[in-house]
Amino acid sequence: MLWPRRSTREEGGRAALIAAISTIVVFGVIVVLVLNSEYWPAVRRQFFNWTHFKRSFPLVLDGFWLDIKLFIVAEVLILAIGLAVAIARSLRGPAFTPLRLLMIGYIDLARGLPLLLLILLMGFGVPSLRLPGIPNSALFWGVAALVFSYAAYTAEVYRAGIDSVHESQRMSARSIGLTQGQAMWHVIVPQAVRNVVPALLNGFVSLQKDVALVFVLGVREGLREADIYNARTFNYTSYIAAAILFLLVSVPVARFTDWYTDRQRRRTQAMST
Amino acid sequence: MTTLSLRGVAKAFEGKEVLRSVDLDVAAHGVVCVIGSSGSGKSTLLKCVNLLVPIDAGEIVFEGQSVTAPGVNPNEVRNRMGIVFQAFNLFPHMRVIDNVTLGPRKVHGVRRADAEEAAHALLDRFGLADKADEYPDRLSGGQQQRVAIVRALASRPTLLLLDEITSALDPELVGEVLGVIRDLKAEGMTMLIATHEMGFALDVADHVCFLDDGAVLEQGPPVEILRNPSHPRTRAFLQRIIDAGRL
Repeated sequence: MLWPRRSTREEGGRAALIAAISTIVVFGVIVVLVLNSEYWPAVRRQFFNWTHFKRSFPLVLDGFWLDIKLFIVAEVLILAIGLAVAIARSLRGPAFTPLRLLMIGYIDLARGLPLLLLILLMGFGVPSLRLPGIPNSALFWGVAALVFSYAAYTAEVYRAGIDSVHESQRMSARSIGLTQGQAMWHVIVPQAVRNVVPALLNGFVSLQKDVALVFVLGVREGLREADIYNARTFNYTSYIAAAILFLLVSVPVARFTDWYTDRQRRRTQAMST
Repeated sequence: MTTLSLRGVAKAFEGKEVLRSVDLDVAAHGVVCVIGSSGSGKSTLLKCVNLLVPIDAGEIVFEGQSVTAPGVNPNEVRNRMGIVFQAFNLFPHMRVIDNVTLGPRKVHGVRRADAEEAAHALLDRFGLADKADEYPDRLSGGQQQRVAIVRALASRPTLLLLDEITSALDPELVGEVLGVIRDLKAEGMTMLIATHEMGFALDVADHVCFLDDGAVLEQGPPVEILRNPSHPRTRAFLQRIIDAGRL
């Protein structure tokens, strides 16, 4: 090279400066273009109306707490059932064949159906049977449909994790006398879960939005409240209020997933050197 | 007395014969070394003895019991045998102490406090006292392999199977692991060892068995097999080892 090499610190500083300036310029241009468009006043009136926002936000927020509660209840069940299904599907030996087939059938069924269809089918269908001894609420069966669908996807995530643990670990666990179940639970599953935490967190983000689908059952959660407000006023700002609430929860989880995945990758790299 | 006895043991993987009618005996407190080139079936032989790989024909008798007979619970048999693998295979998500106590606690129902006390004593004996709370990835290869040996010993096995336990180690770490095996021999541990270390086999074995393409070509006292082999294929194998500077 003809000129002395700059220190990396100097280069890092310059790169950050370039990134900052180009970001400001690009986003600035977009904002200016949007605000100067001839349609902007109409968009603003219909979507970003401060008066409507102030009026609708408390209503939507009230409903949104239900979304959060449903999300937590469903996620806990999904993580537990998904793991049980994955373990059942990963057991070896001819004695477990019926169990394996049952699990494969369930996973194919649950993943093959649109979630909305499942929610309508279970949320309206099951209560209509008026079966004695089982809950009749649409809310209960709506959550059951979410769990039914998501547990299948989550089981596949866990299974990928179980398959990613090297065969020698299973053999080593069996060699000290552990049964197949003990080897799975004490040796394979802890390593498997660690390997798939980022994928599980992606499932969190996805479910956190999809709980809103139970609104088709008439459940008065956040999106339903926004919808009711819109039906009354023909203004869409209530949807924006709901959107903001969903983003407030899902964006941090998405950022955390990225941070965690990055940290995990750095650790594995550090370990292999 | 004979601890382990193999009679006509055969195994094929997808049509490829890996073991052909192997006969082998390990006397109580005896050390038998199985030698042979890579792919000769040494590893498979050990895994068959530990019932990790089911055999196709023949019989394995362990402490007077035919363990390959139908209806035998392999977990119960494995409780009385320890096996150490080439690649250590420690559980990376557990501390050293938990690696060692998992078997005693979960299989033998030993209380945690008692299992840990016994484990500390064992770790101490193999110079690993200060590593009990470390995770395996913080240890050197030699230390990891010694932990693996301690883990196998923690269930108080009457037979120890060692599968090329120094092959994955840097040369300067081989000595510390072989030293452990010498100590175990001195204490009377019964061992079946697959190894590439001919000097070690000569030193530690009571009986050497040369495995060639899945069959026992010759077996006998180490001096006879290693110094004065009768079979040309054994001679050729040993010559390759000598050329590589390993004997």
